[in-house]
Amino acid sequence: MSAPATEPREDSLAEGRRTLALCDVCGFCTGFCPVFRATGERPALTTTDIAYLANLCHNCRACWYACQYAPPHPFAINVPATLARVRFQTYRDHVWPRAFAPLMTHSAAATLVVALLASLLVPLTTLLAVPPERLFASHRVAGAFYEVIPWGLMSALAGLSLGWALLALAIGGLRFWRDTAPTPPRPISLQAWPTASRDLLTLRHLDGGGGGCNDHDDRFTQRRRLFHLALLHGFLLCVAATLTAALYHHLFDWPAPYPVLSAPVLLGTLGGLGLLVGVIGLLLVKLGADPEPTAAETLPADYALLGLIGAVAVSGLILLVLRETPAMGLLLAWHLGTVLAFFLMMPYGKFVHGLYRALALLRHAAEARSSSRTTPTDRS
Amino acid sequence: MADRPRPGDPPPSTEILVVGGGIAAYCAALAARQAGAAVTLIDRAPPALRGGNARHSRNLRLAHAAPSRLSPGCYRPDEFVADLARASHGLGDLDLARRLADGSTELPDWLERQGVRFEEPAAGALPYSRKTAFFLGGGKAMINALSRRAAALGVAAHQDTMALRVGLDSARPYRLPLCIGERSTTIDARAVILACGGYQANPAWLAETWGAAADNFIVRGLPQVTGELLRDLFEHGAASTGVPGACHLVAVDARSPPADGGIVTRIDGLSWGLVLDRDGRRFLDEAAELSPRRYSVWGRQLARCPGGIAFLILDAEGQTRTTPSLYPPITAPTLAELAQTLDLPVAAVERTVSDYHGARHPDDRDGGHTEGLDPPKSRRARPLCRPPFAAWPMAPGITFTSHGIQVDTAARVMRRDGRPFPSLFAAGMIMAPAILGTGYLAGAALTIGAVFGRLAGEQAARDVRTRH
Repeated sequence: MSAPATEPREDSLAEGRRTLALCDVCGFCTGFCPVFRATGERPALTTTDIAYLANLCHNCRACWYACQYAPPHPFAINVPATLARVRFQTYRDHVWPRAFAPLMTHSAAATLVVALLASLLVPLTTLLAVPPERLFASHRVAGAFYEVIPWGLMSALAGLSLGWALLALAIGGLRFWRDTAPTPPRPISLQAWPTASRDLLTLRHLDGGGGGCNDHDDRFTQRRRLFHLALLHGFLLCVAATLTAALYHHLFDWPAPYPVLSAPVLLGTLGGLGLLVGVIGLLLVKLGADPEPTAAETLPADYALLGLIGAVAVSGLILLVLRETPAMGLLLAWHLGTVLAFFLMMPYGKFVHGLYRALALLRHAAEARSSSRTTPTDRS
Repeated sequence: MADRPRPGDPPPSTEILVVGGGIAAYCAALAARQAGAAVTLIDRAPPALRGGNARHSRNLRLAHAAPSRLSPGCYRPDEFVADLARASHGLGDLDLARRLADGSTELPDWLERQGVRFEEPAAGALPYSRKTAFFLGGGKAMINALSRRAAALGVAAHQDTMALRVGLDSARPYRLPLCIGERSTTIDARAVILACGGYQANPAWLAETWGAAADNFIVRGLPQVTGELLRDLFEHGAASTGVPGACHLVAVDARSPPADGGIVTRIDGLSWGLVLDRDGRRFLDEAAELSPRRYSVWGRQLARCPGGIAFLILDAEGQTRTTPSLYPPITAPTLAELAQTLDLPVAAVERTVSDYHGARHPDDRDGGHTEGLDPPKSRRARPLCRPPFAAWPMAPGITFTSHGIQVDTAARVMRRDGRPFPSLFAAGMIMAPAILGTGYLAGAALTIGAVFGRLAGEQAARDVRTRH
């Protein structure tokens, strides 16, 4: 790609190439995850090969503690930190529009600013625009939310920000997919889709070859995988809640808010709790993580995404609890503000890792099926 | 003489002292601890190099009467013993070989109980291997698990701690002088298990056999394995096995670090090119040996080359046949320029290559063979003409020595007079020559470490219970 060739970009790619080339000669870690076998199938290790392999890596860190060449060895191999840097570079390289790439570079600061602005400005505007007797009334009827913020405005804000985010993600994803295509190109068979979906939805490769991740030291635990599963499925449940609500609204002409035992509220509550558990758990795992296999400069973006998701979940859950009180109006505005910030930052923060990871898994599933892999040589 | 102790130092006395840090040491420590003994482990290596040369290993040889989760087919103990007898050229002790083969059958279960994980062939990433099983993540991951288990059971492991002598001159308990960094102290032990390897990182000792050539050896494993305790045992009447100075050498990249390069520095694919010494001459049929023995064949040959160096030369066509290498080759558009870059005599290199081309008989798809050339190239005699030309400088890499002590089937260290030393046990590469002689058998060294480590631990624990 013709992304600006900055110094760190070349450095991280060169280190990725050096690292994976040594891994390909060694081969001891092939049992941990697909990265090492996939490396063997792309021995040329072009820039795009490295981008693909870095995004296939789930950062379980098993290979760091198993590495006979980790520092202070003169070969100084650090696969998790090196691939984390390459991944972050991939995110930057595929930002759309290109001019927005600095947003990804400074993703943590950008997220913080956008989140603060949105969660202040939306409630503030609401406060100024909505007459107090309406804003602070206890609404208990269908359509109560739209008494505070008109449906048209809410849909327009959400639709435009989400639409923009999805467009940016789709363009970035398509470019990543095109960039990481093998030469010669191989077809993606239909069977690759269920395999990749399963690998993604179970976060299969956060299992370090069976025992889990190494977070703090060489002990394998399932903590990170479980918390990340809570986050992933919490997110999917929230998406499902939103889709169901949209269906109710447009198909059955039944506007929000919905009763506690309705599908949108149940899905959303469960999803919100999943998000919260995932965010808190992953924060704790990250804070206690061994700094050595960590690319410290990529952490702020991680924390920013977790913080933003946490804000969406917390504001949503509080809104649910207090929605029949006079606080509903401002809480709704705050929640919408956090959601707006989340939508806006989706293509310009760590959120994109899910997209590129999914595409890498699909690529891997397709290649695992179509390649006649050579068996590794006996290392005696 | 002893310096003031510091927190983290080994205790002044222990029931069982294990000297070493590899698979043999950890298996011995765990077995002794599980048999109820108090165990202290000391390892010369710094914390980052914990694990002995098992750190660089990957698979161990296991007998199994039926197809197992870890290995297909079956590999009966008898077949293992026969393989050992063949590999050792009759120099190995058959009783020990039998003990090894039998002990190997229960090893995977025991290791898994200690937390070690194996990579299962069903996952599809492993080469077919009927005779060996692979650690998930290799030897360092295995050592991490054993070390974690040892710590959980209360075995203190002390890194950077070197025993200078076994202490065979004085009465029991053994009193071993220790060096902890720059400081010295002693430790008393009722029984001692030596699992501290051979002397492959001791060029002075190797020079007794190899002369100045020993200085050219690149140590593939830990630089700390220098064999002082082995020397001490020999001086106190221990029976020796194997052959003095005998060692396992393979061809490694001459640009490798002087020690601890492990598996990745090895050079392969020599059969596809020409191998020239520093005078620009060939010295061995490059394609004579294609089996896994080729690595050690080349290692021995390189040790005899002037300056301990030789160069694998391939043309562009030949490079497509080789496996990935750690260091990229040195390349040049012509052979003459390549020879210049490598500081080889250009005329000699050109004459060697033109003589080779003149003697080629391209009679099969692999490139044919030579006639009337000395040494011949018996196969894969492809022309060396498509630029760019590539060279890998190669040096002899020493893996382990094949000169150690004799133990009995209770892992007791034997004297030359046929009696065992009291309360002194050994496991791993220090006694492996008693089984392997001067031979090599893939995966057997780790199995010797694990089986005799366990045995030494159990026997030492029994010894301290009955004797005291």
